[in-house]
Amino acid sequence: MKWEIGGIETWPWSRHPLGLAGLAPGNSVLVRTGNWRSQRPVWEKERCNSCLLCFIFCPDAAVVVKEGKMAGIDYEHCKGCGICATECGRKALRLVDEHLVQE
Amino acid sequence: MPRILAIVGTDAAAEAMRQIDPEVVAVYPITPQTAVVEKFAEYVADGVVNTEMINVESEHSAMSACIGAAAAGGRVMTATSSQGLALMWEELYVAAGLRLPIVMTNVNRSLSAPINIHCDHSDSMGARDSGWIQLYSENAQELYDNLLQAVRIAEHPEVRLPVMVCVDGFIISHAIDRVEVLDDDRARAFLGDYVSLPGYSLLDAAQPVSIGMFDGLYGYYYEAKRAQEEAMARALTVIKEIGEEYRQVSGRGYGFWEEYGLEGAETCVVALNSACGTIRSRLKEWRARGAKIGLLKLRVFRPWPGEELARRLAEFKTVAVFDRAVTLAGGKGGPLCGEIAATLYGQAHRPRLVNYVYGLGGRDLTQALVDQALEELAAMPAVPEPMLPVRYLGLHA
Repeated sequence: MKWEIGGIETWPWSRHPLGLAGLAPGNSVLVRTGNWRSQRPVWEKERCNSCLLCFIFCPDAAVVVKEGKMAGIDYEHCKGCGICATECGRKALRLVDEHLVQE
Repeated sequence: MPRILAIVGTDAAAEAMRQIDPEVVAVYPITPQTAVVEKFAEYVADGVVNTEMINVESEHSAMSACIGAAAAGGRVMTATSSQGLALMWEELYVAAGLRLPIVMTNVNRSLSAPINIHCDHSDSMGARDSGWIQLYSENAQELYDNLLQAVRIAEHPEVRLPVMVCVDGFIISHAIDRVEVLDDDRARAFLGDYVSLPGYSLLDAAQPVSIGMFDGLYGYYYEAKRAQEEAMARALTVIKEIGEEYRQVSGRGYGFWEEYGLEGAETCVVALNSACGTIRSRLKEWRARGAKIGLLKLRVFRPWPGEELARRLAEFKTVAVFDRAVTLAGGKGGPLCGEIAATLYGQAHRPRLVNYVYGLGGRDLTQALVDQALEELAAMPAVPEPMLPVRYLGLHA
């Protein structure tokens, strides 16, 4: 089943499903949790050997992998927990205060 | 032919559960539990029902297991009392918020401290804002009848809320009473099969659903609560419809309340549960002597039938509310009276309101105590006191 949740932020109370049930699987991708962040992991491609420890440890599937290689961070969903930066053995990920990087 | 049984109140609840034959019953099997589940466990052991009975390690877990089973799409029941209901607290809100139609007997008993095992309404009155429908039962018959109706009310697509059926501890739960029981076929025809709403069952692999998700940091909690309010309001209509349908099946009709001797009455006593029997027996004599006084026995406390109740109560000169619980707000009386006072506020004619607190921790409401209240009411001056008078019946003062 496809569940259209466009504009859910402003839905009237009568439109939400009973008990706020989620009516389709995989819907957490629709919830943009990136704005929870106070710090963001910044990836230095040159230091990275694509060991993918960051991918394994990321609790939010916010490490983007393409063709088996580390390809960056999904900032729409990364909550800035910093686990990836802690686990990275090559210091290819470091946490930067959000206000220093926001344009 | 309906069967007439002489059974204790808890067996009346178990008999209703036998006929309902829920898919899952999760219970904490020892005190503060009552004999409701002891009797029902016999039915499970004897293979009389098809229920999966889960003995859990606490009342908190009992309600948690009920929530899981109900979310999975089953017809689910449990029973509790007193501290057990208190331990279920956070789960009560979850069951209601997730709109799960769980039905639970609550045997009304006091809450510690001091430790006391006897009847009062502190337990369920504390849970009045948890989002559960609350039906009150004067005797074992009403307990049985309410439980059958509760299943229908809870599962109604316009409602989908859990229902708590309350009955007085010991006075009714442990006393033998006459109970007229429907034939199994008739009861089951009334109950019908449980139909989980399409797309709302965790075990429906064809339509996967997530239940109990986080609503997001700027989420929809507010909207969900508003929807619960609406479901509660709709439950009023549903409760009436099902009460009427039950009348056709059983000959015993149910509405929001039951009246005794209120035609032409000037004073109306409002009470819940077993005290109504004692009050009614005294009113019978008083009315024979010409006293213009009657009884309104409230059955439905949640949802609150405010509009109807306000219209009815505004017809009297005096309304005396008997409360078997206190709000501990500093001498402001009991929760039932507080609700009634709020309800009457919008009425052009507001009757004089008097609050009688009684029976806390199982203190007997004797006929003499009811007489004492009735005599006091009869002698009250016509001019209302500026503040709501709160009297404590049977208190050692």
